[in-house]
Amino acid sequence: MTTDADSATKKRAAGQSAPPPAIEFHGISKSFGPVRANHDVSMTIAAGCIHGIVGENGAGKSTLMSILYGFYEADRGEIKVAGQAVNITSPDRAIAAGIGMVHQHFMLVDTFTVLENIILGAERGLLLADSIAAAGEELKRLEAEYDLYVDPEAVIQDLPVGALQRVEILKALYRGAKILILDEPTGVLTPQETDQLFRILQALKAQGGTVILITHKLREIMAITDTVSVMRHGRVVADKITAETSEAELAELMVGRKIRSGLKRTDVAVGKVALRVRHLTVRDAYRVPRVDDVSFEIRTHEIVGIAGVSGNGQSELLEVLAGILPVAGGGFEIAGRRIMPDDPCDPAQLRTLGLAHVPEDRQRLGMVAEFSAKESAILGYQNEPLYQDGIMFNQAAIAEKCAALMARFDVRPPLPAVLSANFSGGNQQKLILARELDRAPDVLLVGQPTRGVDIGAVEFIHRQLIDMRDQGCAILLVSVELEEIMALSDRILVMFEGRIVAELPAVDADERTLGLMMANAAAATA
Amino acid sequence: MEDAFVFTVLTANATVRVATPLILCAMAGLFSERAGIIDIGLEGKMLGAAFISASVAAVTGSVWLALGAGIALAICLALLHGFACITHNGNHVVSGVAINIMVSGLTVVLGIAWFQRGGQTPSVGPDARFMPITLPFADVLRDVPLLGTLYSGFLSGHNLLVYIAFSAVFATWWVVYRTRFGLRLRAVGENPQAVDTAGISVAWLRYRAVLIGGLLTGIAGTYLAIAQNAGFVQNMSAGQGYIALAAMIFGKWRPVPALGACLMFGLLDAVAIRLQGVVVPGIGEIPVQLIQALPYILTVVLLAGFIGKAVAPKAIGVPYVKEA
Repeated sequence: MTTDADSATKKRAAGQSAPPPAIEFHGISKSFGPVRANHDVSMTIAAGCIHGIVGENGAGKSTLMSILYGFYEADRGEIKVAGQAVNITSPDRAIAAGIGMVHQHFMLVDTFTVLENIILGAERGLLLADSIAAAGEELKRLEAEYDLYVDPEAVIQDLPVGALQRVEILKALYRGAKILILDEPTGVLTPQETDQLFRILQALKAQGGTVILITHKLREIMAITDTVSVMRHGRVVADKITAETSEAELAELMVGRKIRSGLKRTDVAVGKVALRVRHLTVRDAYRVPRVDDVSFEIRTHEIVGIAGVSGNGQSELLEVLAGILPVAGGGFEIAGRRIMPDDPCDPAQLRTLGLAHVPEDRQRLGMVAEFSAKESAILGYQNEPLYQDGIMFNQAAIAEKCAALMARFDVRPPLPAVLSANFSGGNQQKLILARELDRAPDVLLVGQPTRGVDIGAVEFIHRQLIDMRDQGCAILLVSVELEEIMALSDRILVMFEGRIVAELPAVDADERTLGLMMANAAAATA
Repeated sequence: MEDAFVFTVLTANATVRVATPLILCAMAGLFSERAGIIDIGLEGKMLGAAFISASVAAVTGSVWLALGAGIALAICLALLHGFACITHNGNHVVSGVAINIMVSGLTVVLGIAWFQRGGQTPSVGPDARFMPITLPFADVLRDVPLLGTLYSGFLSGHNLLVYIAFSAVFATWWVVYRTRFGLRLRAVGENPQAVDTAGISVAWLRYRAVLIGGLLTGIAGTYLAIAQNAGFVQNMSAGQGYIALAAMIFGKWRPVPALGACLMFGLLDAVAIRLQGVVVPGIGEIPVQLIQALPYILTVVLLAGFIGKAVAPKAIGVPYVKEA
């Protein structure tokens, strides 16, 4: 494989004699409202190689590929396929240009057979019988050429995930794709299925095909790609030849370094265990473990930070502890109550046990955008006697409470009647924090406390979390900002593919070692 | 024995007459719903088509112009539904109900304005109606026992639209299960994103589906006005659009079972008419109202209890909005 990479490099170095690149992006920009998903992206992908694109969630990888596949149109910029400028305005244009895509969420009709899914949109004539006969022949050929077997008569909803992915690849090849894009293809695969996928990709490359692999798993990049581009915040920050880079370098480029802010904190001795997690497992709709046999505990006067590239189970961990996702295996214990698969506990009960939750996605789980601030300020606590007036709410008491919270947490504007949606992200977050911290919880779960929050409010929110810890609260912090994890935590756990792969005191942590652990590079080299 | 046989044939004929508009509407709903568009507006489209075809027949005396007008109006209403639901991602039920209410009001208002007969259209003569067709040799074979009676008495002697309705079932089956369009139609109702990423226009597919629905409901409406009856009467569709929708769901969105359900509802209706005035031993005379309510009661009971788990197309009623 190293020789493949070398030859690709040499071909590129040779210049004139090399075929034109499979894909060239020139200055691609794409915004969704105020969000810049891609900003002036330029990238060249040589023909006949496997090119990786890495970056954290939200770095703009999927948007770029959706533009290439004609799902979105770029605001600016140009795409060339095999040296020719193309205007890809819809997926059928992309398919005609020889581009195939395997989406992260499979684009298959569950009630159809494999064969029906493969011919959908690429039928040979008006009648199905002709298409089905022709497709059967073609599938046999592809099966032999790429070692890609799936029973053509099987119904999609009965097949395992690995087979579904092979169907998607067959779909692309059946349409004559020369360039195959795979968006996070290994997220739902077992290691064996991943190996099989990689063998298929190598076979594609051997046949002269070009593969674009989007992932945030650095080990896979190192294992299979020839060249790699790193994206961060919508831009390409580096183009590397895989053989000349390392996981550590890529991890650094991916996460990006930032200046650590000075946050004063006192040393406090930790107390008794407030939250005990034992062999906790959470599964998704595909029965794939998202949180896999995780054990740890958090004591009073302690902040435990969870570091990890997003999508490695941190969100699911928060949601299961908050009572939103069901426990699939193991369990956890809070205030003497054990929550296990056959003894579940809903979020409201957990709240009475002294748990508070500041969710990662505040728009979805933290508040109701269409409610006024005072209504959002009592969500989850709306049944407290203080707020009742017979069968009605005591509006005056609610407004008074909200005003008090707003004053204490400096929420601006301090107007309880204003619609929640009309506050800035930072002020929404402060209101949610105010609501959750007001009951002086024993255990606090915090996800992305400063995501989309302006710099002034970041400092304030960090201060509040530190104060809570000083007062004895046990805090579990999940954040994609390594700097935040290091500044706030007493102890850091690193999550990778649903497991806790490392634990270290915050004083021993630096971004480089954490970055390596997050990519699980240490385990790979060990 | 001979009486029982004649009774059966008569009941079968009545069943077919009542079931015809149901069958056409059920097939219309099937196309629409298989594509993911809820079609609660079958009733309105059929009623609108009935009114227009009766009006055109009354004015011009031409069945073909009447049929064309009925189909054209139903297609316009279908396009309106499509414009709301497909182009503008509107709520399918709201749009469909709006069409039903609009049509039920407009037909009466326009009917009074045009014909001054309290909302009815003038009755039309045999020339401006679809009249029973006698199949070849029906007269000759009439006296052959059983088979002859069956051919002459049951298969022969219906109007053209009845034959069209039954052919429509098999045409629907063939289109949905045996053609490229059918494959895409079924796919777009299950997973429009898969269709979109395969490079096929979701909107155009869905528009074609509702257009076919318009065509079929147009024929159904024309049947009501100038084949089964000889003119338009206020709200003459009387909920048959809903019954057809129920039959289609009862048939689990499949053409042949939906036909079966339509025939069953038709049979109940036919039997109900024949049971009027009949004295049942031990019970006495069954009240007419109860008999007339029977098909509807059975609809509720069957839908509530016996249908089993009907799995609708997965994307039904969900507007398709692109997302990454």
